[in-house]
Amino acid sequence: MMPGRAYRRALERRRRSLQLRVVATTLVVSAAVVAVVGLLVASQIRDSVLSGKVDDSLNQAARTLSDFDTSVGKPSTTPLGLDNQLYRAVVSANNTGGGKYFVALTGTGNTVTRLIPPPSVDFPATVGASLQAAVSSKSTERAWQYAKIVYKGDRPGSQSGLVIAQPAAVTDATSPGATGEYRLYVIFPLGHEAQTLSLVQNTLLLGGIGLILLFAGIAWLVARQIIQPVRHTARIAEMLAAGRLQERLAVRGTDELAKLGLSFNKMADSLQRQIRELEDLSRVQRRFVSDVSHELRTPLTTVRMAADVLHAARGDFPPAVSRSAELLQHELDRFEALLVDLLEISRHDARAAVLEADSVDVGDLVRSVVDRSRSHSERTRCALELEVPDEPVYAEVDARRVQRIVRNLINNALEHGEGQPVRVTVAASEDAVAVLVRDLGVGLRPGESTLVFNRFWRADAARARSSGGTGLGLAIALEDARLHGGWLQAWGETGRGANFRLTLPRVAGEALRSSPLPLEPEETEPESPDLNGKATSHQPARPALLPVTVRGIGQPRPSDPTTPSSEVLRG
Amino acid sequence: MLGIVLRGEGFEPFFVEDGDKAMAVFRECKPDLVLLDIMLPGTDGIEVCRQIRAESGVPIVMLTARADTLDVVVGLESGADDYVMKPFKSKELVARVRARLRRKDDAAPELLTIGEVTIDVAGHTITREGEVIALTPLEFDLLVALARKPARVFTREMLLEQVWGYRHAADTRLVNVHVQRLRAKVERDPEKPQVVVTVRGVGYKAGPP
Repeated sequence: MMPGRAYRRALERRRRSLQLRVVATTLVVSAAVVAVVGLLVASQIRDSVLSGKVDDSLNQAARTLSDFDTSVGKPSTTPLGLDNQLYRAVVSANNTGGGKYFVALTGTGNTVTRLIPPPSVDFPATVGASLQAAVSSKSTERAWQYAKIVYKGDRPGSQSGLVIAQPAAVTDATSPGATGEYRLYVIFPLGHEAQTLSLVQNTLLLGGIGLILLFAGIAWLVARQIIQPVRHTARIAEMLAAGRLQERLAVRGTDELAKLGLSFNKMADSLQRQIRELEDLSRVQRRFVSDVSHELRTPLTTVRMAADVLHAARGDFPPAVSRSAELLQHELDRFEALLVDLLEISRHDARAAVLEADSVDVGDLVRSVVDRSRSHSERTRCALELEVPDEPVYAEVDARRVQRIVRNLINNALEHGEGQPVRVTVAASEDAVAVLVRDLGVGLRPGESTLVFNRFWRADAARARSSGGTGLGLAIALEDARLHGGWLQAWGETGRGANFRLTLPRVAGEALRSSPLPLEPEETEPESPDLNGKATSHQPARPALLPVTVRGIGQPRPSDPTTPSSEVLRG
Repeated sequence: MLGIVLRGEGFEPFFVEDGDKAMAVFRECKPDLVLLDIMLPGTDGIEVCRQIRAESGVPIVMLTARADTLDVVVGLESGADDYVMKPFKSKELVARVRARLRRKDDAAPELLTIGEVTIDVAGHTITREGEVIALTPLEFDLLVALARKPARVFTREMLLEQVWGYRHAADTRLVNVHVQRLRAKVERDPEKPQVVVTVRGVGYKAGPP
C-alpha cells in the first residue's frame, strides 16, 4: 500500500516537474535579485540616517567641548570644581538642543574621573580600546566611532551608540593635583535611529519576500498556461496509444500551441486511417482464409470419398490402376494435412489464432501424445522414452495447441532419429513447464537451429523421408508456442543429435524468465555414433513433392542452400 | 458421392439441396439420422438444426469445413450431437453415423437417480418429481454414463469415448456444449448444477442421489 502511494506521489511530482522547475528557477533568481537590491537600499538608508546623526552629534560634542572651560578656578570666573565645570558645559549644551547624551572625563590612564550623568554606563565596556588608543596617541585630534553602549546597575542592557573622544588639558587653580591631561568622551545613544533602521530593514525584508512570492506565483501561472495544453496533449496521446483512436485535441486560436494541436490531430488522423486499413486487410485476409478453407474442403471431401471407394475396390483393378488408386489415397492424406497446416499458419499470420487456455496436466498431456506416437515410433524403429515428474504438472495452456506442438516435435525427432532412441522429458519449475525432445540422430549444422523453424525449410533436398510431414510442422509449433508467450528452441550438433525444448509459463500471460530444463545436453552424455559419417542434417519432415507445389502458388521461397535439382514422386 | 458411400454401407439416404425445403423432407421421410451441412443455400444449417431439434430428438451430425471457428460451437448449441470436419474419410463418416445410430436396445430394466432426477434406462425416460423431461438420445446417454458410476469423475476424453464413441481424444467442446444443454434441461438452476457437477481441472461427475 505505502510503496504504491509513494510511487504515485513520485509520478505526480515527475508529471509536474516542468512547472515546478520553472517556479523554482524563478524563486532562486528573484530571491538573489531582491536580496542584492534590498541590501543596497538598506545600507544606503542606514548610511544617510547615521551620517546625519553623526554630524549632529559631532556639532553637539563640539559645543560641549567649547563650553567646557578647561581653566578651572581662574580668578575671572566663579571658582568651581572640575565637576561643576563639566556639568555646566553639559547642561548648557543640552539646553541648546539635541538628544540626551553622556559625558565622561578620564585621566590619561583611562580611569574614569567623572561621568555625567552618573553612573549607569559601563564605561570600559562601552568605549573600545581602539578609540582610547586613538585618542591617547593623537592628543589633539578628535576621534569618533560607533559603539555598543553597555548599561549596568538597575537596568542592565545595551544599545547602539556613538562615542566621540577628545583630549583636553585642564588646569585647576583650586586643586593643583587635578591639573593635567584628560580625555573627554561624549557618548550619544542611537536608540531612535536604530529603531528607524530596523523598521526600514523589516519593511525591506517583508517587501522582498512578498516580491519573491509574487514572482513565483506569476511564474507558476505562466508555466501552467503553457503546460496545461501540453498535459492535455499527453493525455490524448495516452488514449490514442490505448486504442481509442477517435480521440482528438480541441484546438483554439492560432498560436504555437494551437499549431501543436493541429499537427497532433493530423498525426492521429493518419494513424487511425492506417490502422483501419490494416484492420480491414486483416479482416479480409481472415475472411479469405475461411472461404478458401470451405471452398477447398467441400470438393476435397467428394474427391476423398471417391478415392476411398476406388481404394477399397483396388483389388478388382488391373495393377496399374490399382497402384494409381493407392497413390491417390496416399497423396490425398498429405494434401489434407498440408491444407490444414496452411490454414493454421495463415490463421497465425492474420493474428486470428486465439488461445483457449485451461488448467491442464502437461505431464499427462505429453504422455497421451507419446502413446499415440508409438506406432510411428515402431515404423521408424526409434525407441520412444518418456520421463515425466510423478506429481501432476498443472499449467494454463491450450491443450489442443500444446498437443500439436509436442506431436510435431516427436514426429520430427522420430523422422531424424536414425533408429536411435528418442527421449521426451517433462520438467517444471515454480513458474514454467518445459518439454524437451531429444534425438540422437544426425543433428544440426551450425546456424541451422533457427532455420529449422522456417516454413518449408529443408537442409538436404536429396533426403527422402518415408512419412510425409508438411514442412510447416515446426513453423506452426513455433507460432503456437509464441501464442502461449512461451519459447520453442532448437539445439543440434552434427552427429550429436538435436534437442527441441518447449517452455511455457504455468500461468497464462506471465513472462518467462528461465526454463526448467537445459537446452543443450551435458558434455558427459555419450555421443551417438555417427554411423554414415555424412553431414546430412536435421530438417522438418516433409514430402519431397510438396515444396514445389506450394511455391507455385506464391509461398515465399525458403532460404535453401541446396536447391533441389529434381523432385521425386514417391509412393 | 456421399450417396454412393452411404448406400455402399447399407444406408438409404435422402438428399435435400435447399435449407428451405429441409423441414418438409424431414417430416416426410422421418430419417433415423440427419447429416447436416452448415453451409446450405436458403435457410442455413444452424437454423435447420434448431428447427429439427424443436420437434425431434433424432441424432444430428453436422458437416463443417471450419472446425475451429464459432460455427462448431454454435452448431452444437443449436442441437447437433456431433460434427465431422471436411474433408473426411468415408470410414470416419460412417463410423460417426453408426455410433449415433447404435442404440442400447438390450438395456435391462434399471432405475438410476441423481439429485431429484430419476432415470428409467430401459424405458428411455427421465423424470423429476413425476414430471417427464424430454432429452435427446445423446443427452440421455451422457446422463446415464454419469449416473451409472456416481462416485467416479469422468474426464472429457472418457466421456467422448464412452458416449460419442471416439477412440482418440477429439474436440472436448462437444462435451462442454452438451453438458450445458443437458444442464439447461435437468437442473433447476443451471448456474448451480446439482445433477451434473463440474470437477475443476478434471471433468464432470454425477451429483449425489
